[in-house]
This record gives sequence, C-alpha cells and structure tokens, in this order.
Amino acid sequence: MIGMNGYQFYWSIVWDSLPLLLAGAWVTIQITILAFIIGTLIAMPMAVARQQGEGWAYRFSTWWVELSRNTPAVFQLYLFYFGLGAFHINIPSYAAVLISVSFNNAGYMTEIFRGGLNAIPRQQLSASRSLGMTSPQSFIHVIFPQMFKVIFLAYVTQGIWGMLNTSFGMLVGLQELSGATQYAQSASFRTFEFFLVTALIYYLIAKGLQFSSHLAFRLIYRS
Amino acid sequence: MIRISNVQKAFGSVIVLKGIDLTVEKGELVCLIGASGSGKSTLLQCINGLEPIQGGEILVDGISVHDPKTDINKLRSKLGIVFQQYNAFPHLTALENVALAPRVVSKRSRAVARALAQKHLEHVGLGDKGDSLPSQLSGGQQQRLAIARALAMEPSYMLFDEVTSALDPELVGEVLETMRLLKSEGMTMVVVTHDINFARESADRVAFLCQGEVCEIGTAEEVIDNPRKEQTQKFLRRENRKPLEIVRSSVA
Repeated sequence: MIGMNGYQFYWSIVWDSLPLLLAGAWVTIQITILAFIIGTLIAMPMAVARQQGEGWAYRFSTWWVELSRNTPAVFQLYLFYFGLGAFHINIPSYAAVLISVSFNNAGYMTEIFRGGLNAIPRQQLSASRSLGMTSPQSFIHVIFPQMFKVIFLAYVTQGIWGMLNTSFGMLVGLQELSGATQYAQSASFRTFEFFLVTALIYYLIAKGLQFSSHLAFRLIYRS
Repeated sequence: MIRISNVQKAFGSVIVLKGIDLTVEKGELVCLIGASGSGKSTLLQCINGLEPIQGGEILVDGISVHDPKTDINKLRSKLGIVFQQYNAFPHLTALENVALAPRVVSKRSRAVARALAQKHLEHVGLGDKGDSLPSQLSGGQQQRLAIARALAMEPSYMLFDEVTSALDPELVGEVLETMRLLKSEGMTMVVVTHDINFARESADRVAFLCQGEVCEIGTAEEVIDNPRKEQTQKFLRRENRKPLEIVRSSVA
C-alpha cells in the first residue's frame, strides 16, 4: 500500500509480531488495574486527611499531591527506578512502573476525591456517627459510596490516564505494550506501522476500561 | 437518666452555653424551647457527644459523655438523634438505611438486620416503603425514616432537633404523630422545638433557654401558660404572633 508522499506501508511485519504486542498489552492491563486499585486505596485516606486541613497526615498528603501532580510522570518513574538504584535499592522495571503509576494516580485521585467529599453535606457524617458508627465505618459505608458517585467520570478518566502513563515503561526496559512495540520495530524500523497499531490497541484498552467501569457504575448505583 | 450539670460550650470566642443544669428522668418528655441562637440545638448535640464541651459534665445512665475514656460509639447507640435535615443516606434504600447501623455497629447478620429494619419501618408507618430510595420519599416520610433508623439501635433515649422545622406544614402532623406514639410507649425524649402547641400537649416538662442559660423550667402549664420570667413572656408573645404575620404577608 502506498500512502501520501510515496511512503510504502508494510503491514505484514506488524502482523507477524502481534503475539509479542498482545503479550505487552497484557502487562499494560495488569499494571493499569493494579495501579488503579493501589492509587484508590492510598487516595481515600489521603483525601480525608487533606480535608482536615491540619496535622501530620494533612502535610504528608499535601506533599504527595504537590510532588505527583507538578512533576513529569517520567521523572517520577526515573526516581523510583534509577533514583532508588543510586542507593543500591534495585527493583525490577515492572515494580518501578507499578509504583510510579500508583504514586501518580494516588496524587491525582486524592484531589478528585477531596472535591467529591466537599460535595457531601457534613451532616451525613454527623448522622452516621450519631448511630454509633466509628469514623472509618462512617466513611466506608456512608461517605465514600456517595463520593464515588459524584466523582465517577473524573475517576475513570484518571484510571485511563494512568494506563497511558504505563507506556513510560519502555524507557526502563519493560516489555509493556510500548516497550514490546519498541523492541519489535527495532528489527525492521517500520516504526510508523508498529506504533499506529499500538495506538489502536491503547485506544481499545481505554474504551474497554471505560465501558466496564460504566457497567459497574450502573450495577452498583442502580441507575 | 440524663444529668446535665453546669455545661459550658463556646464556638471560638462566642459562648453558646453558660452553665446549663438539666435532668431528664426515665420516661419523661422534655421540650427545649427558645429563640434561634439560644443554644438549644447545641445542647442536644452535646448530649450525644457530637459537640465537645468546655466545662461541666453530662452523664447518661451515669456514664460521662465527654470523658475521653468513655466508649462514645457504644454510648451513642443508647442515644438516638433525629435532625432537622432528615439526613437519610441517599445511596441506600429505606430498609438499608435502617439496617446499616445494626449490621455495622451491633454486628447483626444481614438477615437479622433486615428483619429488624422492617419492624421499625412498620413502627413508623413506612412498612411498604422499604425498597424506596430517600429521593422517592416525601419530607415527612424521610423524617419518619430517620426516626426508624435511630430506633433500630434500640436506644434508651431519643433526641429530636427541630425535626419539623424543614417540613411543609401539611407534613408536620405525621411526624408529630410518630413522636406521640413513641411517647405513649414510654420512650424518654428530649425535643428541641419551635412548635409551642406540641410542647403544650406532649411535654412533661418544658425548659425555656435564653442566651445560653435555662431561664425557666417546669410543666407546660407553668412555663407556657403562666410564664413567670419576663424573657419567657416576651418569647411566647412573639411565637404566638407568628401565624398571624404569615397570614398577613400572604394576604398582602
């Protein structure tokens, strides 16, 4: 096939490497879901701490949010991979990507959650505490379920953003989708074809995440 | 018995309660009346420890509410409270609203909690509304739901914080009816209200709060019909005039 300006597309070589790309996509999906869950679990208490506006937990979460949202995601990955390496703490590239994307997710999610918490009337907490529920019980059963409903769209968007950030794994030698693509194209230098296909796979994963989370939303909130 | 002695409470530099003394006996219904800002709602929130106090003591069945060693969550299950703004949990059905605390706090099984919830919904006349979300209920129904939710913890005391103030006039009756029902069953109740008629009919004793103090206390006959203090007389004259003003402004 001949494209504009006489570029000769050559697809069959991509086709041959498809198993390699799909194996990479599977790594991408794994890290995306794990980092989504880890980020969520860290962001929930941090958002509550941020709402307090004082104390060590507030300062800790504020630093986390500042650092994760105001430095490049690549820098954060390098920090965990090469930065820790400088202190002779060597972690596999898989772990480094997982940690850095979780770190980044947690920072953004904290602020998303905090916005959601602000939208819930304070009396909801008084009401649940007055029934004898502890503070953690109130958040788990009363506050967070309402919060997730409010912030759902922004929250899923952040999950997808985290998925796209896993592509930096390529820079530390991880064979996730981008790393696998980089590796496969290096034999033929058919870079354009390879990354077009890879972009399509990213798009499909993103849509899959979006679709399944909307389905989950409807099931959970009966709406 | 609830024994409130010399309770002082301030929000920053604003002193809200200036040494309140009040005792509520078992089975009694005590109404707290007074102008907005007199501290009656704050006092109620102090009784179940939602608000800290700066001085004095509140004892519920001999247990100090604000003692840091007190298991406040355990104590709170003895003290049901219902708020002005219903505060139903909007993400849960009526039945789940009532069943939540028995399940989470009292560690009842899901089935037992649901059965208990159904019983209390029926008690307040919402037996057929178990599957409704709060948004599908009227204000009066939501307020009765809040009462059922508090009752499900099987409290010894019920605190009511201006529970009819946010309701449309035609929905007030059903909530007051539910409260009279509880009273007839022997529940001990502390009721903050602007409804002087309810206080006159139902209260065993009425306390008039004024500027953070109990200004006058006694039976409804004493405090409402024959007030001795000048502040009480003034307050009641204003309250009695209110309906007339509403009629006037709606005509004009």
